[in-house]
Amino acid sequence: MQVDNTDRRILRQVLAEPSSPRADLAARAGVTAATLGRRLERLRDGGVIRTVQAAIDWRALGFEVEVSLRFTLDKTNPRAFDEFIAAAREVPEVVAIETFLGRVDVRLNVVARDMGHYQEVYRARILSLPHIAEVDALMLIATIKDSEGLPL
Amino acid sequence: MTSSVIDLDDLDRALLRELSLEGDLSAGELGRRFGLSQPATWRRVKRLEEAGILSGLRVEVDRAALGFGVTVFLGVKLATKGRVSLEDFERAVQAIPEVQVVQHVLGLFDYRLRVVARDIADFERVLRRRIMTLPGLGQVEANVLLTEERRPGPLG
Repeated sequence: MQVDNTDRRILRQVLAEPSSPRADLAARAGVTAATLGRRLERLRDGGVIRTVQAAIDWRALGFEVEVSLRFTLDKTNPRAFDEFIAAAREVPEVVAIETFLGRVDVRLNVVARDMGHYQEVYRARILSLPHIAEVDALMLIATIKDSEGLPL
Repeated sequence: MTSSVIDLDDLDRALLRELSLEGDLSAGELGRRFGLSQPATWRRVKRLEEAGILSGLRVEVDRAALGFGVTVFLGVKLATKGRVSLEDFERAVQAIPEVQVVQHVLGLFDYRLRVVARDIADFERVLRRRIMTLPGLGQVEANVLLTEERRPGPLG
């Protein structure tokens, strides 16, 4: 679908602060609330806006530990990616799965209640995933910025 | 951040799961899916918001359709730990419009960054002009994002 400058102005505001009231977003984008609503609906129907989801704060839910696990897979097996990802989807503590081109093949975001729980998940569920060649872990200390904002 | 974790029942968890897929459902529509009245649903959602569990909306767009075809994750190590101020680095990196995510981490790197760019040439420009000039920057590792999926996690 065609995206014009008004759409871009609206998206810029909505992506920067998706939880702001519609009227404020419209004012900042320089359009009426009715126009904003109509444009957003069109962008959604056109597939430019894929989903609107509630952000879940895992720490507030009691999951104090968040770890980014980065895997290199054994690529001699052509099914390595598919089988690894299918198995990772079965682990309830996995909240995100990303694949990459680079030194890292796959990244899993894992949450756990505490270090004891994390150790349990890591040993029992993560290390048993298929086709792992290498794994390293980055433990989250703090999220400084988390935005879907685009420099439109 | 909350000091204590609130008790959740199965219905709260079901509401969270539903909202984590469709965040802009009205209380009426959300309640209907679970045989719950609109006011009762609204009260439960309000409580989850007040506990900080529901922390706002996340709008996901087709970045490529908007002209941003490349997303890169950078692992960043600071060169002179102790001498450079984390605050200076964080202030500067947050101000870069192409940087969507900044996480302070422990491990092989000090920070994880998610960077968006129009194409590889544009990424190179952002990397050279904005990232490489950050105060205290040391080693950088780049991985180009191919696919991403969010999972319901322990709510599922």
